[in-house]
Amino acid sequence: MTDQEILAGLAEIIEEIAGTPADEVTPQANFVDDLDIDSLSMVEIAVAAQDKFGVEIPDEQLKDLKTVQDVVNFVSKSS
Amino acid sequence: MSSNGQVSVVVTGLGATTPLGGDVASTWSAMLAGTSGVRRLTEDWVESLPVKIAAPAAVDPVAVVGRVQARKMDRCEQFALVAAREAWADAGSPEVEPYRLGVAVSSGIGGIGSTLTAYDALNQKGWDRISPYTVPMLMPNGAAGWLSIEFGAKAGAHALVSACASGAESIGYGIDMIRCGRADVVIAGGAEAAIMALNIGAFAVMRAMSTRNDEPERASRPFDKGRDGFVLGEGAGIVILESEEHALARGARIYAVAAGAGYSSDAHHISLGAPDGEGVTFAIKAAMRNAGISPSQVVHVNAHATSTPGGDPLEARAIETALGPDAAGVVVSATKSMTGHLLGGAGAVETVAAILALRDRVAPPTINLEDPDDDITIDLATKARPLAPRTADAPMAVLNDAFGFGGHNVALAFTEYVPSSSTAAEA
Repeated sequence: MTDQEILAGLAEIIEEIAGTPADEVTPQANFVDDLDIDSLSMVEIAVAAQDKFGVEIPDEQLKDLKTVQDVVNFVSKSS
Repeated sequence: MSSNGQVSVVVTGLGATTPLGGDVASTWSAMLAGTSGVRRLTEDWVESLPVKIAAPAAVDPVAVVGRVQARKMDRCEQFALVAAREAWADAGSPEVEPYRLGVAVSSGIGGIGSTLTAYDALNQKGWDRISPYTVPMLMPNGAAGWLSIEFGAKAGAHALVSACASGAESIGYGIDMIRCGRADVVIAGGAEAAIMALNIGAFAVMRAMSTRNDEPERASRPFDKGRDGFVLGEGAGIVILESEEHALARGARIYAVAAGAGYSSDAHHISLGAPDGEGVTFAIKAAMRNAGISPSQVVHVNAHATSTPGGDPLEARAIETALGPDAAGVVVSATKSMTGHLLGGAGAVETVAAILALRDRVAPPTINLEDPDDDITIDLATKARPLAPRTADAPMAVLNDAFGFGGHNVALAFTEYVPSSSTAAEA
């Protein structure tokens, strides 16, 4: 899966859970500061991402995933 | 200050979402027209239950609060938010210092739908597939918390839980918050969303619900000989309570004086009312005393009357006893005949109805009252009925009763707003 495909898949998840339009989910966007996503919604996003991309995101990794690109990199590396 | 020396509290905003309509205006007009909100349920789970009717909300709250926010909120919290937004706008969106704005909103059961959904997710998919918002969705204080966030209320957000008296008790507590100086404005009321198989089964097994499944609109019939239990409704009612001083300073429109509240607990049985109705009588008398009104001022009672065989006559007798000889001139209405029983939302929606009855000087009907119980002598309106003052020298008053499993009895008193002479002189 290309980074572009992961980004598109992640944008779909974020739109579903947080209502953020997909075109605002840019690689450099910070979940808390730019997308107004709290820690509870972040848990939902992580679970949905695990299901969609078939990767495990351990809690100790999750807290380090601050931006959309961080998640894309993690998924890309793990899959 | 009111005549009984307390800080005068007034009602400046109303909000409701009910089986009759998605707002106050549509609910009230449907109520005056005698419309039933009860219908046959179509969900699959109804097949296994003896009760197949309920009064679902007229407007889906998700459509109002939006899908994304709704994902984080139980349906009862969504109802509370919808009604609170309406009430707040109706009050003119007052500017209040955050630590002077309070919330007193609860539900009888809390987020039971979210609890059930989470339990299914746990069993079918595992713990990590439960919504991370499950706890804030199931806690009965969830609505109070959400409303404090929505309106920036920092004086305290409270959830007074007393089963079907919760909405009324919350309004009573809101009055006290202002009287004791903790707040200038309080968002108060109740909400419920419990039309689900478990709840219907649990009430049905108590034999508390109507099984008039083939005639849904005729099923809720308080005080009628043919009544066979209550019909479950859902929705929310919210009032904006405000100190008279604060309301006058900002030129707010005033619906009524939130004159007082009375409480008692039966200490008798966990779900049956005490047979002598003594606790209910006490609560009604206490509300009048707390409000500084006499029975001769009372023109209307919105009764709790749920359409159960045992409860309705008990309340009728208590109203008679509490009001004494003046009971003869009081028009009593049981609006659950139209809305069904909103449990923790009931006392709040019925407070909204009682205040509108006072404003429009009209009592809403009790529908389906075709053959009243023989021993009921209170004056029940079966059609919308005009209300008129009974004393020339004192404002009209209305009462709202609400009782809950656990033996909770609450009565609220509202009076017409008459600007005080000292206030008029200052103005």
